[in-house]
Amino acid sequence: MGRTIVPIGPYHPLQEEPEFFTLTVEGEKVVDIDVEVGYNHRGIEKLSEQKTFDQAVFLVERICGICSTSHPFAHVRAVEDVIPMEVPERAKYIRTIIAESERLHSHLLWLGLAGHFLGYNTVYMWAWKLREEVLDAMEMMTGNRNNYAMFKPGGVRRDINIEIATEVIRKIDSIVPTLNMLKKAVMDDPVLHARTKGVGVLTKEEAIDYCALGPTSRCSGVARDLRKDSPYGAYDKVEWNMIVTQNGDVFDKVVLRVLEMYESIKIIKECLLGMPEGEIDANIKSIPPGEGIGHIEAPRGECFHYVRSDGTNTPERHKVRAPTFMNLPTYKSTIIGETISDATIILAAIDPCYCCTERMAVRDTKGKKVYNGEELIKLSQAKTEKLKEKFKC
Amino acid sequence: MSVKLKALLKSPWVFHLSTGSCNNCDIEVLDCLTPRFDIERFGMLLAGSIRHADVLLVTGSCNRKSAARLKTLYEQAPKPCLVVAIGECSMSRGMFIDSYNCPLPLDKIIPVDAYIPGCPPKPEAIIAGAVKLINKVQKSVTKV
Repeated sequence: MGRTIVPIGPYHPLQEEPEFFTLTVEGEKVVDIDVEVGYNHRGIEKLSEQKTFDQAVFLVERICGICSTSHPFAHVRAVEDVIPMEVPERAKYIRTIIAESERLHSHLLWLGLAGHFLGYNTVYMWAWKLREEVLDAMEMMTGNRNNYAMFKPGGVRRDINIEIATEVIRKIDSIVPTLNMLKKAVMDDPVLHARTKGVGVLTKEEAIDYCALGPTSRCSGVARDLRKDSPYGAYDKVEWNMIVTQNGDVFDKVVLRVLEMYESIKIIKECLLGMPEGEIDANIKSIPPGEGIGHIEAPRGECFHYVRSDGTNTPERHKVRAPTFMNLPTYKSTIIGETISDATIILAAIDPCYCCTERMAVRDTKGKKVYNGEELIKLSQAKTEKLKEKFKC
Repeated sequence: MSVKLKALLKSPWVFHLSTGSCNNCDIEVLDCLTPRFDIERFGMLLAGSIRHADVLLVTGSCNRKSAARLKTLYEQAPKPCLVVAIGECSMSRGMFIDSYNCPLPLDKIIPVDAYIPGCPPKPEAIIAGAVKLINKVQKSVTKV
């Protein structure tokens, strides 16, 4: 059978972000997939080298709008790792509360979009309506609906007082009945079962081979969660369960995210009630030369930052690796062999975030040549040879 | 007022384009459609293609890769087409002004009719901006 190429994107009505998928299909069956990114590249790693450690937090917040807690969290942990130092206890609790609220709103957002992709616009509207309550709670705690500006190296910028805490608990409690209804609707619907069960399966071996992270790996039975494996913040001081499911299909990814929301609610409430009194900021005076890494469990998986300092107030190098960067290649095993009508939900199932993932390639100005590492070294060596000849003359 | 413009102001269909934003403005645009804000009561709908749209919502800081595509999209849009810049990035490029990949602000690439500031602007601000744009067009037409 002849092969056809189905282009999706870059500005496709299904996606809010620009990215370009090339699906190669035989009839209805997908036989190959290619992803092209780069429509969102803003050069954040380079910009970060021009900013001070305090300013860079506001910059990394704007790597991605949905992960606007994960990136600053990982970045401040990397900077604190350079010194190294411990953050005050109260700041740890506040950081955990903000990070879990973000997970709650991110999973609700994904649930809504997944419903929209499957043709259940009611799920989309309900989930996003619920999300507004979480955003209200965030606005109360931090002063903004999205970019929170709560983190700084050494602590947090704002305290959460008792009035705000009670109001936030009331808000979070108020979404539980609707969430129960939504959970029941998602789990009992026979059409949803038919559409998502056994679709886009990622086996345990494949998840390990592709180094899948976060919910994408946990739904395949890989019990890997940074919050349990190397606890940070206040995760080791509160009671919660790691959710792991075994089948690795889209249905399990939905179930896993719905169940994780309940755990997030549990963590937020426990942290708000058990917050110790004390300082919220350690007031770092200077950053010594050295390097540090910070990793945290973002809603989509492990988010990793690396910072190298030379003793001045700006970093010498700042490296970001977002979870989607590792999860994207799993498409190769999940989408191949499925039909085009299932492609959209499989593409959405890893909860991709392309803003975080953007990378850049060096190209020739005339042609479309992409230089790889070896060729760059060859070019560099050729230049040295030229210079050698020049100095001989 | 021409029939075309009158019809446009009754129910402006919107095409949303992200030219290198951080997702926040895009999510707030989608948020406007959901039950709490419900921008559909003003007749606004997200259109799937620029050829069906009357208003072009642009978010993000116009990087090198998307600037050329933005121009093409604007040329494909049926005229009259109103352009709205949403968020700090598309107004002045915000903190990405020094970036190697964001050479030009949006209004140097295509003409812009309305700016909605904020990082990200709240859905209330986006609705207010849309209403102001409609009033502005109505006024400018009745004056002529």
